[in-house]
Amino acid sequence: MIALLIRDLRLAMRAGGGFGLGLAFFLIVVTLVPFGVGPQTGLLSKIAPGILWLGALLACLLSLDRIFALDWEDGSLDLLATSPLPLEGIVTMKALAHWITTGLPLVIASPLFGVLMSLPQAGYGPLVLSLLLGTPALSVVGTFGAALTVGLKRGGLLMSLLVLPLYVPTLIFGAEVARRGAEGAEIATPLLMLAGISAGVIALLPFASAAVLRVNLR
Amino acid sequence: MELRVTDLAVARGGIPVLEGLNFAVKPGRSLILRGPNGIGKTTLLRTVAGLQPPLAGEIGLDREAMAYAAHADGLKATLSVEENLTFWAAVFGTGTIEPALEGFALRELRDRPAGALSAGQKRRLGLARLLVTGRPVWVLDEPTVSLDVDAVAMFGAAIRAHLAGGGMALIATHIDLGLDEAEVLDVGPFKARAPKDEHFDEVFL
Repeated sequence: MIALLIRDLRLAMRAGGGFGLGLAFFLIVVTLVPFGVGPQTGLLSKIAPGILWLGALLACLLSLDRIFALDWEDGSLDLLATSPLPLEGIVTMKALAHWITTGLPLVIASPLFGVLMSLPQAGYGPLVLSLLLGTPALSVVGTFGAALTVGLKRGGLLMSLLVLPLYVPTLIFGAEVARRGAEGAEIATPLLMLAGISAGVIALLPFASAAVLRVNLR
Repeated sequence: MELRVTDLAVARGGIPVLEGLNFAVKPGRSLILRGPNGIGKTTLLRTVAGLQPPLAGEIGLDREAMAYAAHADGLKATLSVEENLTFWAAVFGTGTIEPALEGFALRELRDRPAGALSAGQKRRLGLARLLVTGRPVWVLDEPTVSLDVDAVAMFGAAIRAHLAGGGMALIATHIDLGLDEAEVLDVGPFKARAPKDEHFDEVFL
């Protein structure tokens, strides 16, 4: 399974692998927002946590259809399904690879983007913490969406429609942690909710993803 | 250990395509499947390989015994020949890829990205993957597509070596692989009867 993870990471780094695309997309969203709302630092710093979380979520969404589509097209998915690896392990590794190539760079770069959004100083720690706890859930839920739409031509839009509603709880509590942090308020409650959601989907959704993949491979 | 299939019925997209299949492949033997296009050879092979459940009947061996190779080779264009094979060797938990490189004359191409290979070379790499799976039953779907005469001979030799080591092979192919003792099964007579409507496929037109 480690071999699968290493292969996916290596593929992401090579030409056309899409590593960094999500990050660049995040940067563009965050850069465009001040143009859209005008140069009022007060307003910007008020909406910064929400915009940063929304940007991270959309950046994550952008790369989801690559999780299984490429392996489906070249036949690797069939071969992986007949390999000794359990499908549950395969989807978990795929989600982990997606998180390392998309979620983790967002977490690391988010303080920089916070500056662009004139995020209040107290908000940086909670923002990074909330993204660190929330983005794994985005990858795992996204892997489930990708498994549902594998094999569909141009299934990307359908997948977005399926996945976005499932992102709502993570977005609510993630943005809430970042917002309360920016205001200097207590963050423990939404942080625990966010961590709970992530832990729950990481524990349960790989089984669902593997099940729908089995059906889709028939 | 032998591959025994009893009363197997397979379906594609919910429509039964073949039924009442019975055959057995003993260690060291191979079975060639023949039949017209669309009769259900690929569906049968995918069922035997464990990618889809049978409609009815039993497949004697576990899916863990099968190494499946289909039309798509499952190669990653940006990985080199060696990286592609090493990945599959790691997935199947077998050690070395050297015999596979040797068997399909890929040694000189080992550092070449798979995307830069010709169609025949890709096919050879796809078949070399079978050697690193270490599994006893090869389930092959049209393995010789885009291979030239020499490569077909190379492939025939690889199969014979596999069979000589006690392996089994189930192959859907239209050409002669030079396997003298291979049994041939024409799946044409096992075509499933249309469930209700005789012209069921016109429903989709």
